[in-house]
Amino acid sequence: MTAVTVNSAPARPLAGRASLKRGRRWALYTSYFFLILFAIFFLTPPYYMVITSLKSDAEVAHMATNPWFIFNGITLDQFRLLFTTTDFPIFFKNTVIVTVCVVCITMVVSVLAAFSLSRMRFFGSTVLATGIFLTYLIPDTLLFIPMFQIVKSIGLLNSYWGMVLVYPTLTVPFCTWIMIGYFQSIPKELDEAALIDGAGHIQMLLKIFIPVALPGIIAAMIFAFTVSWAAFVYPMAFLYSADQQVLTVGTVTSLIKADVYKWGMLMAGALVAAAPPLVIYAFLMDYYIAGLTAGATKG
Amino acid sequence: MAEVALRNVVKRYDDVVAVSSINLDIPNQEFVVLVGPSGCGKSTTLRMIAGLEDITDGEISIGGEVVNDLPPKDRDIAMVFQNYALYPHMTVAENMSFGLKLRKFPKEEIKRRVDNAARILDITELLARRPKQLSGGQRQRVAMGRAIVRNPKVFLFDEPLSNLDAKLRVQMRTEIKRVHQQVKTTTVYVTHDQVEAMTLADRVVVMNGGRIEQIGTPNDLYHHPKTRFVAGFIGSPAMNFIPAKLETNGSGLKIRLSDKLSFQVPERRAARYRPHAGKDLLFGLRPEHITETRGSENSVGQEFPVTLDVVEPMGMETMVFFTIDGTEVCGRVEPTAAKGSGETMQLRANLDHMHLIDPATSAVL
Repeated sequence: MTAVTVNSAPARPLAGRASLKRGRRWALYTSYFFLILFAIFFLTPPYYMVITSLKSDAEVAHMATNPWFIFNGITLDQFRLLFTTTDFPIFFKNTVIVTVCVVCITMVVSVLAAFSLSRMRFFGSTVLATGIFLTYLIPDTLLFIPMFQIVKSIGLLNSYWGMVLVYPTLTVPFCTWIMIGYFQSIPKELDEAALIDGAGHIQMLLKIFIPVALPGIIAAMIFAFTVSWAAFVYPMAFLYSADQQVLTVGTVTSLIKADVYKWGMLMAGALVAAAPPLVIYAFLMDYYIAGLTAGATKG
Repeated sequence: MAEVALRNVVKRYDDVVAVSSINLDIPNQEFVVLVGPSGCGKSTTLRMIAGLEDITDGEISIGGEVVNDLPPKDRDIAMVFQNYALYPHMTVAENMSFGLKLRKFPKEEIKRRVDNAARILDITELLARRPKQLSGGQRQRVAMGRAIVRNPKVFLFDEPLSNLDAKLRVQMRTEIKRVHQQVKTTTVYVTHDQVEAMTLADRVVVMNGGRIEQIGTPNDLYHHPKTRFVAGFIGSPAMNFIPAKLETNGSGLKIRLSDKLSFQVPERRAARYRPHAGKDLLFGLRPEHITETRGSENSVGQEFPVTLDVVEPMGMETMVFFTIDGTEVCGRVEPTAAKGSGETMQLRANLDHMHLIDPATSAVL
């Protein structure tokens, strides 16, 4: 009788542990299954881009071979031709200028706006904060006709400087919103301590808020960078000469002539264009997630 | 170092009066504790002294200078916050020197002050660490260090020990007292913990509902409370309050607690209480003045039997709970003298420490 009692007592937790282990194993299998499925789904287009960009024009045009593999050897001709025979380097330079300017303008405006909206109590500050976010909800496709009139009236039509003016209307509201959430999550006592220590508002912003809210600022910066780098509608409508064009529109318009698609160079151009965001995301992903999460939960 | 004076200071948030016309004089080098329950206005008062809240009316002066319109940085004060408010991206040394750097002190002077404060607080080996690498007690020390290096006219503490565990709180309490004895800066300290107030303060200011109930030394407040609120708030466990009637008994006075229980009022208190004879009053007596009879034959007191409801052994003493005419009463007895719950025990009330409170005005008579 005693033996039965002694044996049966530890059997229960063991059984429980085993079932827990089994449950966890199934959860893992299911997770892996869907992760692999999604990885295949999302990695297929980039794979196709890489494969195509490393083929010669002749192989791309040869319909008999399997397009998913390279049969006639790897070549970097598409990249060489892209940089030597097209306006791609100009598009790249224009995009870099536009993006750097937009990111700088966005950060200055949204950090200052977020700081004042989250920390300085003034009449209508709450309504203003909500209003800023609401402007982000208006799709840019609705705005580009009035924007066209504005850009034209100030003589910046067909100039990438027009984009420097226009893109912040897309980036500032969202970045300000992220930053408001982040600044609000900083304890009020920190600014009070700084005030007592002798800091003014600008010193408080530069020496306390910006360093403490760095993940949020980097998240906002990545967002502004991505929007500016990948914008399509505005450059499509506002820019029409090659020397002013940016990557997104320039690559497509210069490498597709009527029904002739230069697939190899198109893919090479798309890859080179996608490289900077990829590198930035890879290095700053942790900050980006931390920044977005804080903005979402504390706002 | 300087004196602080508050004259008819009022703070209103729209229609809500947080602090209503308080007057307070804090002499140079004094350690004053503002104590009271949540929402009594003690933190608001401290923040008004700091300049973090505007005052609605009245006048605050530090070192003889009216500071009503001065920003916090120009008041020459330093503040320690409940959640430490250390700058997370700076090291301990940078946290401590931040205020001095903003005030453009020479580097050598900053280093000398930081080293000196670190030595006083025993945090020299922590100077290169960041706040997240410190324990709660260490963070609190750094927050105090940040205040000390400034060598301000006034230290302000806003419930600095509330986030610490009970053991660390006692340690840090001693530490704060030691630091004050060394630097002797005028200090205003806010807490809701009356033990903290009693142990730290030169003078305690008891606040309730935005008003000052009483100002006095810890002993004053404990032995001579002026209102029922102070009598009940100061002391742990709290004073017992029992509805009673004051009766004349020949040439003396008697306080009747129930049909069966009445105590003779000590002669030296009778004259003070005589005008109130015949009134319904509140009888107040602290638990430590209700003790066992054994071994107290020579002490003053009147014995009475009780049936114990609850007995709480605390180690060095035992708290006994019983009722008198439906009111719960607590006594403090020797652990070896205590009986069990449900048992009858003879207790002795020391009426020399009794208080009578007028229920209409809440004033101690």
